[in-house]
Amino acid sequence: MGTRIESLPRSCQADRLMVTIKTGTHLPTRAGALNGVIVPEQPGKNAIEVRGVRKVFGTGENQVAALDTVSVSIRENEFFTLLGPSGCGKTTLLRLIAGFDFPTAGEILLHGQDIAPLPPYKRPVNTVFQSYALFPHMTVAQNIGFGLEMLGKPKAEIEARVAQMLKLVKMEALKARRTSQISGGQQQRVALARALAPQPKVLLLDEPLSALDYKLRKEMQIELKRLQHETGITFIFVTHDQEEALTMSDRIAVMSAGKILQVGTPRDIYDRPAERFVADFIGETNFLPGTVVSKQGGVATVKFASSATISAGYPEGFDPTGEVTLVVRPEHADLVADPAKGTIAGTLSNIVYFGTDTHYHVKLDGGDNFIVRHQNSRSSPVTYATGAKVGIQFEEDAARVLKD
Amino acid sequence: MAEPRVMDIKDQPGFRSIAIICLLVLYIPVLILMIFSFNSGSLVTHWEGVTLNWYGSAFLNEEFHSAAKNTLIISVTATIVSTICATLAAIGMTRVKPWRGLAAAFMIINLPLMVPEIITAVATLSFFALIAGTLGLNFGIGNLIFAHTVFCIPFAYMPIRARLEDMDLTLEYAAADLYATPWNAFKRITLPLLVPGIMSGAALAFIVSFDDFTITQLVAGPGQTTLPLYIWNQIRRPMTPEINAISTILLLVSILFVSVSFLIARRRAK
Repeated sequence: MGTRIESLPRSCQADRLMVTIKTGTHLPTRAGALNGVIVPEQPGKNAIEVRGVRKVFGTGENQVAALDTVSVSIRENEFFTLLGPSGCGKTTLLRLIAGFDFPTAGEILLHGQDIAPLPPYKRPVNTVFQSYALFPHMTVAQNIGFGLEMLGKPKAEIEARVAQMLKLVKMEALKARRTSQISGGQQQRVALARALAPQPKVLLLDEPLSALDYKLRKEMQIELKRLQHETGITFIFVTHDQEEALTMSDRIAVMSAGKILQVGTPRDIYDRPAERFVADFIGETNFLPGTVVSKQGGVATVKFASSATISAGYPEGFDPTGEVTLVVRPEHADLVADPAKGTIAGTLSNIVYFGTDTHYHVKLDGGDNFIVRHQNSRSSPVTYATGAKVGIQFEEDAARVLKD
Repeated sequence: MAEPRVMDIKDQPGFRSIAIICLLVLYIPVLILMIFSFNSGSLVTHWEGVTLNWYGSAFLNEEFHSAAKNTLIISVTATIVSTICATLAAIGMTRVKPWRGLAAAFMIINLPLMVPEIITAVATLSFFALIAGTLGLNFGIGNLIFAHTVFCIPFAYMPIRARLEDMDLTLEYAAADLYATPWNAFKRITLPLLVPGIMSGAALAFIVSFDDFTITQLVAGPGQTTLPLYIWNQIRRPMTPEINAISTILLLVSILFVSVSFLIARRRAK
């Protein structure tokens, strides 16, 4: 997966917009936090509250804790992403919320009510499956109407809602087709419409874009954001794709080995990772080993092998001592021609051109490697040659000491 | 356009001739049997001319009628009951949490396929004799229906279970997610998708019951002659082409039944 972080143009949204749903009810929808903008920690109402949930599979010696005492709150109307590598427990958490599995311990609250013991058909929560799971013996329209039919809605209401859903996902023309007669992208839209039709309190999406090709995936990312804004439904989105998570989410929970490591806005997660794993999993990062010399007011002074020292912040609740690792994002550092002017110094070992930007690989005087990313512009004034002695400059708040 | 060369069994030397020999060995006797059903002579080995008389006499033959009626009553009932049992067994063994003895249950259901039929036949006969002797009960043709139902179950079970195992479980999760109770999910999703498997299972059970000889021969009481038994009795006398005509009718019924169930299964599978 690419690790490039692009600044995509984002459409500005009104703070609140009203969407009229066919039934005549007005659903207020928050436009959602604009990506990259930090949303103030507002208590808000929680759509889902996961409290101390554990899930253990197997018995005896084969016991595996897929979820190790996880707690997280997901707000109403939020686009919330569970991000992590495969096997981190994100799909398990989604299945517990959907009701396909039951937690070994803990509570799952939906608008304050514990739903953990309820079977899936009693939860006002719908799922978009990774494989879509469309019913092959039914038409597109029958698939979309299935949930409403099971809820015992009157026929006229079902027809009206199905028509509205077909329009929402732009599938009116194909409503009479069998699901095997439509393309993967179209199946994806039907799966979305089917899950949205009963107007669930929360929509769960289990890596729904992973089967699509790159271009279609990009389109569907925008489409999903649009649907979330228009319906005002809370989305819980599971993915292992950090780029997808950063571009789409209001907030992200980064998971690893059955635990949630950090919850925050995309910018929080990217700029202020709480742990080394988070920094490593999301984007590219330079890791520099060093020793803490002193600490004062949330800033630690760290000494490197080259005997250079740096001041760096660290996450709240973490007390760095002794041997630590410092992280600096490649694009948060600059190259300077005079080694003495840099925060640290080294020798330029390699220059890799990427079109939009250039990566400078620097062998630090202490022996570690460091990558500086420089965005290319029409007039890049300075050109460097490999083998040159250079300095690397970065702001104090660009460097962070993290827990391993 | 040049196709990528992959290993093709048709390129192996002798493939074609072996295939042809196998097909000939399989179908020539059947073909000869069918041809001689039109023989105007009264011998099944000596061709004299073409006639439809043997079909005429078969259709007028009271014994044939009664045997055909018995066969249909037994095999249709056995097919329906065994297919229902097999469907329930297959669901009970694929759509539940694994339970202790699941593997054993699977073995027990399929064991009759491995047991020599003559053993099953003797055992069934002794069983009915015991019931008749100790309880004084005799169910008449019910005995045969019961025996056929039992040995048809594993045949019906196999394709139904295979279909259930191939089915994407996520579909049932999706149904539950969309507010379908377990019964509704079964009725609306699992069962319609299972129909091809059930049809194949029923077709197999019907064919197995329709032409069963060994068990029927031992268990059948007086007046319970089925078609295979009738044919067996006939060929012990001097054979006429009427037997060929009857056999051909049987063959056509089998082919018709299997084709219909195959077509239904294929239409449903789409």
